Amino acid sequence: MANYIATVKVMLKKGILDVQGKTVENSLKTLGFNQISQMRIGKYITFSVEAENLDEAKQIALEATEKLLYNPNIETYEIDVAELS
Amino acid sequence: MKFGIVVFPGSNCDHDAYYSLKHNLGFETQFLWHKDTTIPSDIKCIVLPGGFSYGDYLRTGAIARFSPIMKEVVHFASKGGLIIGICNGFQILTESGLLPGALLKNTSLRFVCRDVYLKTLNTNTPFTSLIEKDRILKIPIAHFEGNYFVDSDTLKELEDNEQIIFQYCNPNGEVTEETNPNGSLKNIAGITNKNKNVLGMMPHPERYCDSILGGTDGSLIFKSIANFFF
Repeated sequence: MANYIATVKVMLKKGILDVQGKTVENSLKTLGFNQISQMRIGKYITFSVEAENLDEAKQIALEATEKLLYNPNIETYEIDVAELS
Repeated sequence: MKFGIVVFPGSNCDHDAYYSLKHNLGFETQFLWHKDTTIPSDIKCIVLPGGFSYGDYLRTGAIARFSPIMKEVVHFASKGGLIIGICNGFQILTESGLLPGALLKNTSLRFVCRDVYLKTLNTNTPFTSLIEKDRILKIPIAHFEGNYFVDSDTLKELEDNEQIIFQYCNPNGEVTEETNPNGSLKNIAGITNKNKNVLGMMPHPERYCDSILGGTDGSLIFKSIANFFF
């Protein structure tokens, strides 16, 4: 068994208005950052996984994400799994 | 006919629901603990109350939907049992897949707590049978994530099957952008599943069952449910 580190990035689907991102973007604009646009805010989740190998660790992280960490109605995700150095 | 109110860690409208059902309306009512794995056979309607189950962590309702009792609640629904999810209860129903769509943050990014007016689009359900067609209900809302979203195909299905039950409107029943408190698609305040035995709504009918608390329009929903069994 080895330990792996998984990182999951969860974002609102494109096309769904991200009011939080919009508000923060507007705030930055009032601070003079007129170059900034299209801001979106998501979640960044990390956890460690105990598994026999990288493939198994990826499978476990995928199942965990699909079961609980993201909501397919409104969100998309990206997963990255790497060996814990 | 007996109501069962599920108590999750973080529920905070469970006692309001109990008080209105039991003391204002005189219905038999009991609490159901979220760790229970059976639902007593005399329970005919399950209430998923408002609040902040599991602190609203990750997403509202996302963790509550895996509480042990939810497996039984899903089974209860599949047999045609009546379920009403109010506010956080609505969020739990969408997370569990019993209702389509999801509740996003209010477009104002504010917690909104005030009375709203509701138009009832379908009075031919167990939850709305006693509501006269043109009667506009006044019921309070209190939420941060009440902005109903669903993809356009599913929205069309909801419309075609008359699953959209309540819309935010003004006292005259006009549904406009100004009367939308949270950004919900089509001013949606409440929907049912296809079979019309599971209702989710953001407004709190349990808070308006007693005239000294400001109104009694909420009681029409619970009386409709009870009426369904007589």
